Amino acid sequence: MSQLLSRVDLRARIAILALIAVAIVVPVLALATPVRSTFHVPPYLVALFGKYLCFALLSVALDLVWGYCGILSLGHGAFFALGGYAMGMYLMRQIGTRGVYADPILPDFMVFLNYKALPLTWWGFNHFPYALLMIVLVPGVLAFAFGWLAFRSRVTGVYLSIITQAMTYALLLAFFRNDMGFGGNNGLTDFKDILGFNVQADATRAILFAITAIVLAVTVIVAQLIVTSKFGKVLIAIRDAESRTRFIGYRVENYKLAVFTLSAVIAGIAGALYVPQVGIINPSEFSPANSIEAVIWVAIGGRGTLVGAALGAVIVNMGKTYFTSALPEYWLFALGLLFILVTLFLPQGIVGLISRRRTIPPAPKGSDVEEGKIDQSDVPAAAR
Amino acid sequence: MRVRTITALLALVLCLFGGSTTTTSAQSLDDALAGFTTDEYSDTDKAITDLAASGNPRAVEIIDALQDGRLYFNADAKKVYIKDKSDTLRDAATGAPASGVSADDLSAVRLNNRLRRTVDAAIGGLTLLSDDPGKRFDAAQSVFKSREESALPTLEAAIAKESDPRIKRALNEARAAILAGKADVAENVRLGAIDTIRGRGDQDALGLLSGIAASSEGPVRNAAQAGMSAIQAKIALWNNLQNVWYGLSLGSVLLLAAIGLAITFGVMGIINMAHGEMVMLGAYTTFVVQEYIRSHNPAWFGMSLFIAIPLAFVVTGLIGVAIERSIIRFLYGRPLETLLATFGLSLILQQAVRTIFGANNREVGAPAFMSGTFDFGGIAITYGRMWIIAFAIIVFIALQLVLRLTPFGLRMRAVTQNRRMASAMGIDTNRIDALAFGLGSGIAGMAGVALSQIDNVSPNLGQSYIIDSFMVVVFGGVGNLWGTLVAAMTLGVANKFLEPFAGAVLGKIVLLIFIILFIQKRPRGLFALKGRAVEA
Repeated sequence: MSQLLSRVDLRARIAILALIAVAIVVPVLALATPVRSTFHVPPYLVALFGKYLCFALLSVALDLVWGYCGILSLGHGAFFALGGYAMGMYLMRQIGTRGVYADPILPDFMVFLNYKALPLTWWGFNHFPYALLMIVLVPGVLAFAFGWLAFRSRVTGVYLSIITQAMTYALLLAFFRNDMGFGGNNGLTDFKDILGFNVQADATRAILFAITAIVLAVTVIVAQLIVTSKFGKVLIAIRDAESRTRFIGYRVENYKLAVFTLSAVIAGIAGALYVPQVGIINPSEFSPANSIEAVIWVAIGGRGTLVGAALGAVIVNMGKTYFTSALPEYWLFALGLLFILVTLFLPQGIVGLISRRRTIPPAPKGSDVEEGKIDQSDVPAAAR
Repeated sequence: MRVRTITALLALVLCLFGGSTTTTSAQSLDDALAGFTTDEYSDTDKAITDLAASGNPRAVEIIDALQDGRLYFNADAKKVYIKDKSDTLRDAATGAPASGVSADDLSAVRLNNRLRRTVDAAIGGLTLLSDDPGKRFDAAQSVFKSREESALPTLEAAIAKESDPRIKRALNEARAAILAGKADVAENVRLGAIDTIRGRGDQDALGLLSGIAASSEGPVRNAAQAGMSAIQAKIALWNNLQNVWYGLSLGSVLLLAAIGLAITFGVMGIINMAHGEMVMLGAYTTFVVQEYIRSHNPAWFGMSLFIAIPLAFVVTGLIGVAIERSIIRFLYGRPLETLLATFGLSLILQQAVRTIFGANNREVGAPAFMSGTFDFGGIAITYGRMWIIAFAIIVFIALQLVLRLTPFGLRMRAVTQNRRMASAMGIDTNRIDALAFGLGSGIAGMAGVALSQIDNVSPNLGQSYIIDSFMVVVFGGVGNLWGTLVAAMTLGVANKFLEPFAGAVLGKIVLLIFIILFIQKRPRGLFALKGRAVEA
């Protein structure tokens, strides 16, 4: 046990302690303090930060594949959205007769679209355990199938990025269709309760926040253990020199597939936690721009740092909330500049910057540069 | 009744060709008009046919008024009036404004269904002999559809007189349509008529033949059925050709959008996410050029695209070089980082355009040569689409020539094939990179000029093309423009053929999935560069 714990570095320990603290303190402050008190946390802030933590979870998932295995997925938003849809379907089934059309089985949009019976895809979603299973299974199976095809065929680099983008784009188009039976472009919304608790209630919100914080803490621990294990070392080897790792005798595609699937499952869980807190899921979550935005969270926080990725997600989204309300004109300028400046001047992200300043842990060796060198010397441009 | 109509129409023909004088026609006009004042259907009927036969130039206006219920009469004064569109009453015989007549003393000339047919036939007959070729053609088409037997004699007369082959064919088809359906016509005449209808070969002809096949027997029925299947086969063929045409049109748009991307991707191995924004900037260049022309020299509007094309190339090309020098050159060897940086750039460019030009669509006009359609066999071709296909082909050929025949093209191909070797041979690869990026961006800008003609010019214009462009480049393979051409056209045509079965959205999804699977099979695209392919 202590041996395991020793593999969780200082940064992660601080982050985990902080998350556990927030998970306890925020609900207490939100529920137990009087509204006029300075310590009171208003409900909208709880929901807002709950959302940030879900994004942080997605960001950690992405860091696991990109930061440690060099797979730049531009389609992680799709796994996030699929998890969200699975949760949304459970929540829709919970509405029951309280919908506008008061149909005990069919959600409102199905009555509206003249569905006679519940589509097969919706069966079982009235049971929470089944929904939980699907939250894990749907993104996981999709990622497994996708990765199995892509990694076995040795699709790498920008090609992989582009086909992941094509994947989320195809799903975006598909979920916009009413015939898919997932609510078309309106998506799923108007949720009433989760496990019998009102989703709108402050207490439920606070609990969901706490759960999200705990899940994020657990994910950071698990991810830390993974990347410091032998498996994790192989992942880093693949990131830095894929061919060399293959020639040494590792089945690169299996490692990639495993981490890609795991990452998709985490993204799905993040989506599932996101939906009850924001109260809606619609196809725009599949939009390729969302997935790219998630990549920039990781880049800003620091790729290959896990905690940095989570931090990046929270910081960028706080900035987004501020800008879009105070200076809506300038948000895209700011985000665009972030993309450029971070890739040009901050390849290790914020965490990398802090580490370099303090110079206590030596700055992790820039894998990119080496990768670049290898590309430049061994590989003709066409094969890159 | 029918005999009388025919005689009347023959009379009309006779007076039109027989050189009738104005006095007689004025006389017969007054006589004919008198028939409207009795309020009897039979008299009205006679009046219509007499009027049509009178050959008087006022006949068309009067019968038109009758058809619209604007023809009034005063039974006591035996006078007929037309109420025109602005509600003023005019004397039907002279067309002069009628003063001192109150609408209260008048009643409208009534029509029943039988009379309406007479009216239609009269109008049809009158316009079949009109001086305006367009009206004659339309009249022939409407007779083909109505198959009003009473028009037959006029038709015969019109056919004899007609010199325009296109109208003559239409008249013949109209005649055939009437004859083929008549049971009391000789069989060989009907068979000949069916042949003529079969030659027309469109949806109307198909409907007509199926009606004939259902209502007749023997050889006529067989001929009609044979004609139907021939027409169906022909329509199916034209439908496929139409789909191919639409597909090529879509493919040429994809080609224009993707070809610049293929160059930057081929030479530098990076994906330029801001490529779509170069297309958008090209479209906005067109907008600015047109605005300038509108306010300074409207006569030049027809030339606006020819001014915009080189200007867009220069503007976006320079922006491309600036981007390469200021951002991308610091990120060589890190394709994924370049992808992120250019995505950030695309956000900035979009927002900049939104701030300068506003978020709404901007109006970009089409010069005269870009608008309108013409028929090619069974398909309608819009000039705009046709010129865009032509433009895409010209751009493609020009680019091939630049790459094959110029020193710059030679160096660019060398860098694409083997960067280090090219560098060792003394090629300044940095300069080639910058120029290649400028060239790719410039072509995207020219694509934007073309796309401004068929798409909404808004800050989001580029976004809607960027993923499709990636697909084309990845599908076609890197470093080979032919691959891009084949991929663009294949995807365009496949998309249009999938649409009828699967719908536009599902068709697109199917193609995306196809490309994802295709990449598994051939990770380097259709036409991969051959060479020392070390796994990256």
